[in-house]
Amino acid sequence: MKKTIKCGLMFLAVLLAPAVASAQDGIDTGDNAWILTSSALVLMMTGPGLALFYGGLVRKKNILGTMMQSFAMMALMTLLWALYGYSLSFGSGNAFIGGFEYALMEGVGTEPNGSIPHLTFMVFQLMFAIITPALITGAFAERMKFSAMLLFMAIWATIVYFPMVHMVWGGGFLSADGVIPSLDFAGGTVVHISSGVSALVVALYLGKRIGYPSETMRPHNLTLAFIGACMLWVGWFGFNAGSALAADGLAAAAFVNTHFAASAAVVGWLVVEWLRDGKPSILGGITGAVAGLVAITPASGFVGPMDSILIGLAAGVVCYYFVAVLKGKLGYDDSLDAFGVHGIGGSVGAILTGVFAREAVGGTAGLLEGNAPQLGNNTLAALLTWVLAGVATFVILKVVDAVIGVRVTESDEYTGLDVTQHGEEAYQL
Amino acid sequence: MKKIEAVIQPFKLDDVREALKDIGIDGMTIYDVRGHGRQKGHKEVYRGQEYEVELLPKVKLESIVPDDRVEETIRAIVESARTGKIGDGKVFISDVSGAIRIRNSDADDDAL
Repeated sequence: MKKTIKCGLMFLAVLLAPAVASAQDGIDTGDNAWILTSSALVLMMTGPGLALFYGGLVRKKNILGTMMQSFAMMALMTLLWALYGYSLSFGSGNAFIGGFEYALMEGVGTEPNGSIPHLTFMVFQLMFAIITPALITGAFAERMKFSAMLLFMAIWATIVYFPMVHMVWGGGFLSADGVIPSLDFAGGTVVHISSGVSALVVALYLGKRIGYPSETMRPHNLTLAFIGACMLWVGWFGFNAGSALAADGLAAAAFVNTHFAASAAVVGWLVVEWLRDGKPSILGGITGAVAGLVAITPASGFVGPMDSILIGLAAGVVCYYFVAVLKGKLGYDDSLDAFGVHGIGGSVGAILTGVFAREAVGGTAGLLEGNAPQLGNNTLAALLTWVLAGVATFVILKVVDAVIGVRVTESDEYTGLDVTQHGEEAYQL
Repeated sequence: MKKIEAVIQPFKLDDVREALKDIGIDGMTIYDVRGHGRQKGHKEVYRGQEYEVELLPKVKLESIVPDDRVEETIRAIVESARTGKIGDGKVFISDVSGAIRIRNSDADDDAL
């Protein structure tokens, strides 16, 4: 008995030793606690947040297939990130992509990276690598083969996402000290433009769902979509305020900006919808919220609270126009509006960050404080992201289509993804 | 024996059941159905996309009654289900050639 206690104490001492040691090595426990919490919040955005949001919007025969697409990203992206993704993103490398120095988690341990352990930084960034491809799934909902989706996403992460991260955040040519110093606090270009534009290309490549738009394809459960959207809103505090990489004033600024922009975008979307369609809808409200959250993402650590309200309002109105008006006129089937919300909202945010950035908040001035080139840099970075994501996505689709085919068969599409791709049904009613 | 089928507004179901209970009609089967007669559907808008919803939810109530109770049954249903607006529904009457109670093989009127 005595021996057991002694063993237990020694075990505890061993467990505690690294923590004590690292506290002395420049790690701020408050920062570490906040970034670990933020990491969990950002993971919650994908599962169950996005899975519920998208799952509620599809027809009931496709809810499991849709949720599975988000959930699969949690597993697949984690493994790619551990093997080589983190290294290609944040390894030193060149202006476009990182090297292999951190492959297989080599050299990624508890030593400080800034004021947090390197492992904390790595896992926080991983959560972004999970949600970004998951966002794309909204565009090809209800008609893509699960196997093709996995292959597409693995290649997409490797040649679009990891390089994008490196270019903007990992010391590449779009970073603060790069050739084109663009401002992207939490992922306007890296996450939202890249996924949104890729979403548009996939939607165009796959073609419309059978019966679209003449048949009724109403969301089958707006209650689920509502819960999902609210979880996205909450998770976004980790996404944006966590991107301060510390529990400091900048994190507080990003937190408030995030919340203000989402609220303003709800108002923006609902007012236009009420005027044009006659009624303010819950789907409109939650879609507006997401649009505002997307648009404030690049700006959240660079602008003031009143600026974020303007950015949110703009995102609500512009995204409404793209989703409700322009999509119908152009005739493409971006089923759950991944492009209309993330591609467009992200572009609005990237450009407006260049307009509203305040030196007092994030250290860089924008157009309104007399720094016009910042608007140019941000616009250029957005455009480059459009081109890279668009072209690469098209090439990947061609390859995947040639190897295994991207779209489910016509009869599988009628039956639904739940039964044909996964052999199960969501509702036994 | 007659089969009485009434397609009514869902929110009138309780009133109709109450009225039938008052006149001693206990047996009935209820279905949730969708349909339309002259009533037009309504418009729903999702992210700016309009959908015309033509099939509206209704309740179908089915009851088999002896010939001598048909009149009062129909009267009870019609009076309790009426709001006076389009969409109140319809009642259909048809002949039934036989009925058997499974528990004890009572036949026809005795089975009701």
